[in-house]
Amino acid sequence: MIERSYEKFFRQNRLPHLWCPGCGNGIVMKAIVQAIEKKGWTQDNTVIVSGIGCSSRASGYMDFDTLHTAHGRAIPFATGIKLANPALNVVVITGDGDCTAIGGNHFIHGCRRNIDLNVILFNNNIYGMTGGQASPTTPLGKKATTAPYGSIDPPFDACNLAIAAGATFVARSTAFHVQHLVNMISNSFDNNGFSFVEALVQCPTSFGRKNKFPTPASMMQWFKDNAAMKPTEGKFTIGVLHSDTAVSYNDAYYDLISRTCC
Amino acid sequence: MILLQGNEAVAKAAIAAGVRFFGGYPITPSTEIAESMAKLLPKNNGVFIQMEDEIASMGVVLGASLAGRKVLTASSGPGISLKQELIGYAAAAEIPVVIVNVQRVGPSTGQPTAPSQGDVMQARWGTHGDHSIIALSPWSVREAFDLTVKAVNYAERFRTPVILLMDEIVGHLRENVELPTDIEIYPRRQPKTKENYKAYQPDEDLVPNIANFGEGYHIHVTGLIHDETGFPVGSPKVTRDFIDRMHKKISKDIIEVQTEFLDDAEEAVVAFGGTARTAYQAVLNARANGKKVGFIRLVTIWPFADNFFANLPANIKKLVVAELNYGQIFYEVQRTFKGEVELCAKYDMTIFEPSEIEVCL
Repeated sequence: MIERSYEKFFRQNRLPHLWCPGCGNGIVMKAIVQAIEKKGWTQDNTVIVSGIGCSSRASGYMDFDTLHTAHGRAIPFATGIKLANPALNVVVITGDGDCTAIGGNHFIHGCRRNIDLNVILFNNNIYGMTGGQASPTTPLGKKATTAPYGSIDPPFDACNLAIAAGATFVARSTAFHVQHLVNMISNSFDNNGFSFVEALVQCPTSFGRKNKFPTPASMMQWFKDNAAMKPTEGKFTIGVLHSDTAVSYNDAYYDLISRTCC
Repeated sequence: MILLQGNEAVAKAAIAAGVRFFGGYPITPSTEIAESMAKLLPKNNGVFIQMEDEIASMGVVLGASLAGRKVLTASSGPGISLKQELIGYAAAAEIPVVIVNVQRVGPSTGQPTAPSQGDVMQARWGTHGDHSIIALSPWSVREAFDLTVKAVNYAERFRTPVILLMDEIVGHLRENVELPTDIEIYPRRQPKTKENYKAYQPDEDLVPNIANFGEGYHIHVTGLIHDETGFPVGSPKVTRDFIDRMHKKISKDIIEVQTEFLDDAEEAVVAFGGTARTAYQAVLNARANGKKVGFIRLVTIWPFADNFFANLPANIKKLVVAELNYGQIFYEVQRTFKGEVELCAKYDMTIFEPSEIEVCL
């Protein structure tokens, strides 16, 4: 077997993971460690923080200091870690329910504060771990156990939300566009400020079965067919959607310390 | 001597005890703690952050604690209710944190911001599930300082959330105080080995020596019930052992009770926090009138002083519990004391007059 250089970033004794066959979460998790390797971050100077949900279980598989927090609360915990020790690189793994529903307030304020966190949203448009309830990113008309007649609840565009709230780097990719996804994540790591990457992932078990995507491959095919590198009518855009420069909260605070203290 | 407010004393004590991170949200009557920390922390190479809500305020301090800082947050009733989720997380994941609750009248928005002691049971059982907790309650500005230092030390020693259960009376009280210069500090526990390191392996005192983030140990922290490695395990034995250890690790040697005049007392007043100031005067007045009344003040509220009440001398036949609530500590005293127990309760926004406690005797 060929040993891949990024394998050291996984806790081999915690694998295999608990995700369903065909789930896209593993693809995004691997993309994150590849981006970490590309960036040259180490196991000692990188912390992975996650919330609660399918995607948030990733922290347990990754061999860094890892923190599996409470539902929706990854960004506040990560904020504390970054401010307590700004030398650490802090990556937040979250899902659509975790980030845009129960953690929505923390998400927008993290963006506004422009604290140097790297938030990766695994967006499967559904609550997977609890068995397929509608989330704030479930598209109109799509079915869920709590939207059995199709959702009438208008969804968020998480990237637009991040841009409007003040995030300084915002990008989107999918579990189909693997190399593109790695690039988006590693580009986000270059930003000294709040970075947000939305990774669309297929959830064949809880989303696909109810919504005419009978196989994992059929959802990935849909990503392939409907993603566009620039704004295109009837398609969703992937790539860097927003990039800006602004002083990060952590830099501003440590500047304050240097002016008032030692 | 300096003229100091109770809330300001908490902030000064926190700095003295080594706290270098505060996350908070404005709420009366605790806000002066946040305001003082905002001034003091950057000057002391520490971080203050005002968060978007009380839940985030708890999350941010827990993250900072895991990254190696000693941490504090402060609030009052409505905010403390929101903090409960992550107080439970701190208990389960064994993260040192001090939470100050400057109590006001509840439930809900209640009577902002009149004094109350209605959060005694919330301090014990506010978050879901079986867990242990430490709560301390000061009766003076100087003691607000001393108990804040102790709270920080206990949080570190036991790796547990500690609640400083103040009330509006002490929080907003101003007194001339002499502050101590020689302060004992319990340092952050350190791993004893890096070989085969297990973050949640308990030491002899049942408390684990969990490494700080960024020190190369690659630990995993979760609110799921976990074994000594820190990783979740769905096992009855692991669950039972975990909950047992959570309770047993809090040493009973931290239980402090102040007593006066018990030698000849036929009855005694039990009180805590700001109410104990009035209760003490009531006891003095009663004794001046020839009544044999003793005084008992709970400094440690949780764990409760079970043994103290079970072993009170036989000359004490009756206890009167004076508290600014509908009756909370009263039931704990009734559970542990063999004699008669009477409740002297007040829950109308106003504090006791000594005469209102004297009539209960």
